[in-house]
Amino acid sequence: MSEREVLELLRENARYATSDIARMTDLEEREVEAAIEELEAAGVVRGYQAVVDWDELEDERVRAEVELNVRLDRETGYGDIAERLARFPEVKALRLVSGDYDFDMEVEGDSIREVSQFISEKVAPVPEITQTVTHYVMTSYKENGIELGDGDEDDRLSFSP
Amino acid sequence: MTIELSDRVKAVPPSGIRRFFEIAEERDEVISLGVGEPDFSTPWAARDAAIASLERGKTSYTANRGTRELREAIADYAADRFELDYDPGEEIIVTAGASEAVDLAFRAFVDPGDTVAIAQPSYISYEPGVIFAGGEVLSVPTREEDEFRLTVDALEAAGADEADLLVLCYPNNPTGAIMREEDLEPIAAFAREHDLTVLSDEIYAELTYDGEHASIATLEGMRERTIVFNGFSKAHAMTGLRLGYALGPAGAIAAMNKIHQYTMLSAPTTAQHAALEALESCENDVREMVDQYDRRRRFVLSRFREIGMDVFEAKGAFYCFPEVPDGWTAEEFAEGVLREQGVAAVPGDVFGAGGEEHLRISYATGLEDLREALARIEAFVEERA
Ligand SMILES: Cc1ncc(COP(=O)(O)O)c(C=O)c1O
Repeated sequence: MSEREVLELLRENARYATSDIARMTDLEEREVEAAIEELEAAGVVRGYQAVVDWDELEDERVRAEVELNVRLDRETGYGDIAERLARFPEVKALRLVSGDYDFDMEVEGDSIREVSQFISEKVAPVPEITQTVTHYVMTSYKENGIELGDGDEDDRLSFSP
Repeated sequence: MTIELSDRVKAVPPSGIRRFFEIAEERDEVISLGVGEPDFSTPWAARDAAIASLERGKTSYTANRGTRELREAIADYAADRFELDYDPGEEIIVTAGASEAVDLAFRAFVDPGDTVAIAQPSYISYEPGVIFAGGEVLSVPTREEDEFRLTVDALEAAGADEADLLVLCYPNNPTGAIMREEDLEPIAAFAREHDLTVLSDEIYAELTYDGEHASIATLEGMRERTIVFNGFSKAHAMTGLRLGYALGPAGAIAAMNKIHQYTMLSAPTTAQHAALEALESCENDVREMVDQYDRRRRFVLSRFREIGMDVFEAKGAFYCFPEVPDGWTAEEFAEGVLREQGVAAVPGDVFGAGGEEHLRISYATGLEDLREALARIEAFVEERA
């Protein structure tokens, strides 16, 4: 079964019509529908979102990548801290990572002030958090596998051998 | 005073697609399905290798036959992928595109008056190449009923037993047809029986979507009478780097090299560095591109069927070859969809006998454009129905 292929196509473009996916994978349309339903039910597909290039929009949108260091005690594990942080709507992504720091957190807000306040007032006071390092995103070149900014013009000849 | 042109040049008519090109240029928002080159860029590792070679000042000629490293890498690759075993010292020549290699072969093996049989429909450069070399073209039409594969019947019907050379192109541009080993066996027997030299252009070998590519040179008694052409333009998305190669018996390659060393000296050095890297580390990039083409292929085939246009089940290259609806010539249909719907496709007759009443559709184009182009073709067909 080409579940994987269906997934790859959904990741490429979640708005592909099931009929198009069926054509590309040689499956029946209802097989594609069933596969997608199953993937959703099993929690493999968690949702569908737009990939936005905020720079193309007039409204300001501020994003930051925040490195977090934590100190665990006998009662608290990474999962407990994560649960607490993930609940904030400002947090768009949260990952436990290996290396120099523990968590990698993506935060979004309407202004630098808002994001800074969120980090200093909501994140930093969490008792297990020992350090935060905030990196504001200046320009995004690629999101979710999609390159942002001006696409390459196709300068191939309109006919060629 | 005007310069008197050679009869050979005058014998070749202007390209059949030039007129369409001019129409396409004056119209806005044309989606082109007429492009015979990848829409992907050269894999980064290969581009990096080219840049690094420039930074290190590797800008001189290489050995005439190409760098030793590249020929060795080609030998390994051809052996691993296609069971083609050739000695990098004497049996491989690196050229400025497969195009140059094909031209070298015509000039090295064709005497004035010699006959070159070409299985058609086929890539448009063979015929002029034969004429420039002073040879005569014998067209061997293949038919959709045979899945555009070459058969011994077709060879016999065309009188190819009298020919000196036979040109094959599988996977085929423009039909997308492939030939499996069992299809090649009788052709090989025919070539041996009638003492034909075979020129096998296998530049689309990697782009085989169903099973593995088979080369006629691997069949018994064929190695000594076959030249295999390949290159980096298609599978490695390197058209503009101009790099190809030929594999063949030492004497034949030496003859091709004799011409090459006086006309080209050596293939582009920067491109040779890119090509080496392409062979050494870009296998995954190739696989990924092939997967994409395969998806588009299935999409396009299925859409044509839905539109109600007969379409041949292409299994190779990045073309498909639908039949134009009854009452149209390929040329009229191609011009109609281009003028009225802004979709550029190549009429099949430019590829020679057997291509009439077909269009060549290239799916080396993004899926969004393909979807839109097919919707426009559908609208065009429905309006006329
Ligand atoms: C069958 C075939 N051979 C050769 C070529 C040219 O290849 P290259 O870019 O290596 O000269 C093409 C390009 O369209 C082709 O379709």
